Amino acid sequence: MTEKLSRLSLETRELFRRFLAELKLALRRILPQIIAILIAFLAGAIMLLVTGYSPLEAYGALVIGAFGDVNGIGQTFTQATPIIFTALAFIFAFKCGLFNIGAEGQLLVGGFVAALVGISFDGMPTFIHVPMALLAGAVGGGLWGFIPAILKAKLGAHEVITTMMLSYVALYVTGYMVNYPFKAPGWVAQTVQIAPSAELPRILPPTQLSASIIIAVILVGLVHYTLQKMSFGYEVRAIGLNPAAAESGGISIKRGIILALVISGTIAGLGGAGEVLGVHLRFIENFSPGYGWDGLAVALVGGLNPGGALLAAVLFGALRSGGMGMSRATGVPLDIVTILQALVILFVAAPMVIRYILKKGGFKWLSS
Amino acid sequence: MTSAVEMKGITKSFPSVVANDKIDFVLEKGEVHGLLGENGAGKTVLMSILYGLYRPDEGQIFVNGSEVEIDCPSTAIKLGIGMVHQHFMVVPSLTVVENIILGREPIKYKLLLDMNKTLSDVKDFCERYKLEVDLKAPIHTLPVGVQQRVEILKALYRGADILILDEPTSVLTPQEAEELFKAIRVLKEQGKTVIFISHKLREVLAICDRITVLRRGKVVGTVKANETDLSELAVMMVGRKVVFTCRKKQVETKEVVLKVENLKAIDDRGLPALKGVTFEVRSFEILGIAGVEGNGQTELVETIAGLRKAAEGKIILESIDITRAPPGKRIELGISHVPEDRHKRGLILDFSVMENLILGSHNKPPFTIGRIRLNFEAASHHARRLIKDFFIKTPDTDTSVRHLSGGTQQRVIVAREFSRKPKVIIASQPTRGLDVGATEYVRQKLVEMRDQGCAVLLISADLDEIWALSDRIAVMYEGEIVAIRDPEKTSEQEIGLLMAGGKHD
Repeated sequence: MTEKLSRLSLETRELFRRFLAELKLALRRILPQIIAILIAFLAGAIMLLVTGYSPLEAYGALVIGAFGDVNGIGQTFTQATPIIFTALAFIFAFKCGLFNIGAEGQLLVGGFVAALVGISFDGMPTFIHVPMALLAGAVGGGLWGFIPAILKAKLGAHEVITTMMLSYVALYVTGYMVNYPFKAPGWVAQTVQIAPSAELPRILPPTQLSASIIIAVILVGLVHYTLQKMSFGYEVRAIGLNPAAAESGGISIKRGIILALVISGTIAGLGGAGEVLGVHLRFIENFSPGYGWDGLAVALVGGLNPGGALLAAVLFGALRSGGMGMSRATGVPLDIVTILQALVILFVAAPMVIRYILKKGGFKWLSS
Repeated sequence: MTSAVEMKGITKSFPSVVANDKIDFVLEKGEVHGLLGENGAGKTVLMSILYGLYRPDEGQIFVNGSEVEIDCPSTAIKLGIGMVHQHFMVVPSLTVVENIILGREPIKYKLLLDMNKTLSDVKDFCERYKLEVDLKAPIHTLPVGVQQRVEILKALYRGADILILDEPTSVLTPQEAEELFKAIRVLKEQGKTVIFISHKLREVLAICDRITVLRRGKVVGTVKANETDLSELAVMMVGRKVVFTCRKKQVETKEVVLKVENLKAIDDRGLPALKGVTFEVRSFEILGIAGVEGNGQTELVETIAGLRKAAEGKIILESIDITRAPPGKRIELGISHVPEDRHKRGLILDFSVMENLILGSHNKPPFTIGRIRLNFEAASHHARRLIKDFFIKTPDTDTSVRHLSGGTQQRVIVAREFSRKPKVIIASQPTRGLDVGATEYVRQKLVEMRDQGCAVLLISADLDEIWALSDRIAVMYEGEIVAIRDPEKTSEQEIGLLMAGGKHD
């Protein structure tokens, strides 16, 4: 009996030790990001001091605004949700060596298609209608990822150009749709409200936080699992790191590129659907205040891994929702939040981007 | 009369290799001097030392009789040494004349570029050396041969008396090369001294007065062009026939495993690289392909591995036509490939040892379960077994391959490719850049695979290796297999001559 117990405790201790080691490793990996965020806040504090505000007071109000009450928390996570999707979209394509900067457009198309399905089929049971609308959003976004994918695989068109251009196409096409064929009565360029059966449940009333965040968190796990544990993810990473060796190893690069961009678009499209079905309950012209771009920044701040991106998205959400509280409580202008965000991105992302460019052989003419 | 350049006892080592080993090199005034050797023989390193791009570990350099220390290219330029690199250093969007004067722009009123004076200066200059170029054309609109001419003009404009041309013909069409040779002759008439780096025997013989041959960082010898011939140079360059160093089982070679018929393919520049290659490899056999590099070997390997499209012809593996099969299918059917460039084609450097060891089999059982999920247990078991069997020196299975030494990296590739139970092994330059121990190991493994019944296609620029391992030797020249010989019944002279493109009956 005692023997059994002691062995058990030994096993627990071993498990605990391993857990600690893992934690340490994870911390070490995100250490540069944490330091960069701290420096950004420090620089922000100096700026506050110079402009005559108390940094302690301002940051205190920021934290309280973001996490102090239910409203703050709800707002923080509501703001974070779409950025989690777009960050995941960016990461997935990036792991395949692709720079999908068109998450914005994929999100808009996904949102619009989801809204159409949400408006139609009124009276359908929720447990069918919601998944159907989400699926429609995913397909819409995936299609918007498929176009640049096929252009890249068949014609070699660079995805940075095509995804960005298609973002504008998405913006104006959906804008046209809600200004003319699908315009709801009234002054605003938007669709009518979706059927109640297509609404994603709100999970923290009275805030706008919807079940979309649950989907986002599941996707974080799913993306991680796909990239790390599935043979398809292995192929995606192989192509991203060394396409020539991947090809020699029998991996089809075209197939990988197409699938990765389609999946990337699908994720962004789901994000758009989540916004429409959970927050706005209709498609409003250009409802995204740049979620696609924020996603890119968040992906970089999160060290280009799904878990990191989740944390970074929450940070960005908190900055936004806390910023409002801060400006109410201390009179610090809301712009300081934008500056803080920019500083975080600057300190985290800039060195990474530069290293990436150097690794890909940029600035060769300088070094030789 | 003093020599233009004298280099004495030049030694230069890099972390993994001694690139130049006590090299003595004498350049006489007004000669065209060929520097001949395989890739990696140390030609470019030696010339980079002369041009001030590298500092030698040991040795002295004399220019016009006095000892000099060349610490950077601008010192070399001051001493009258100019270099035209293999990859041109031109600014594509600028015009020809702008490129030529770059760094020595004539100035008027201390501020403005004196374009008129410049144009007439450069024009005179071109006429003197009979190098015709449209001076006002932007560089990027010009063909490669003309860009090279601009590079030469640039070096001359900076006052070069000694001109180093690094593999100048490797980027040229035969017609452009002919133009270049004319230009070199004019330069010589004008009293310039030229160093011509190349691994192409015929060219060197055609254009040079004297030729220095390098091999594995050492000088094999210096000969006068009119006192030597192709086969002597070929043998100097790639080595002599040696006694068999690997013991091989005596076996009757059996059925044909890989058959290549009239294979044609084009290279990256769109020029024909394979012009109808035909051969067979049988089980229990190593077919060695000898040849001076750049005669289509790379393209041949890539075409068989499925990485390059075959324009014409057939590749047949045990009665299955795989000419159009994608690389993955070929791996599945039993073709293993040890690529010539292990960093580019062979490994994913940021992947772990384990991940690299399953590349190519990653999507099949036991490494993938249910066609979807990777089986890490199987992969790690596989990795641990191969690490043991192939003596891969790595701290663990999760170390990224980037951190391993070159020899160990090659062992990872060999382990992966040989453990797949292949029917055919294509080994391209399998021991390049490896130390003696690793080289011996890889060769021994190749023989082992042959003894187990594999059909091995060995491509090597190292003739020693071909002699040591091959059951039959095929010689490749200008995209064709010009002969297949039994190593017991041929001589180094014959192979050398064939490699150099000499006719033989």
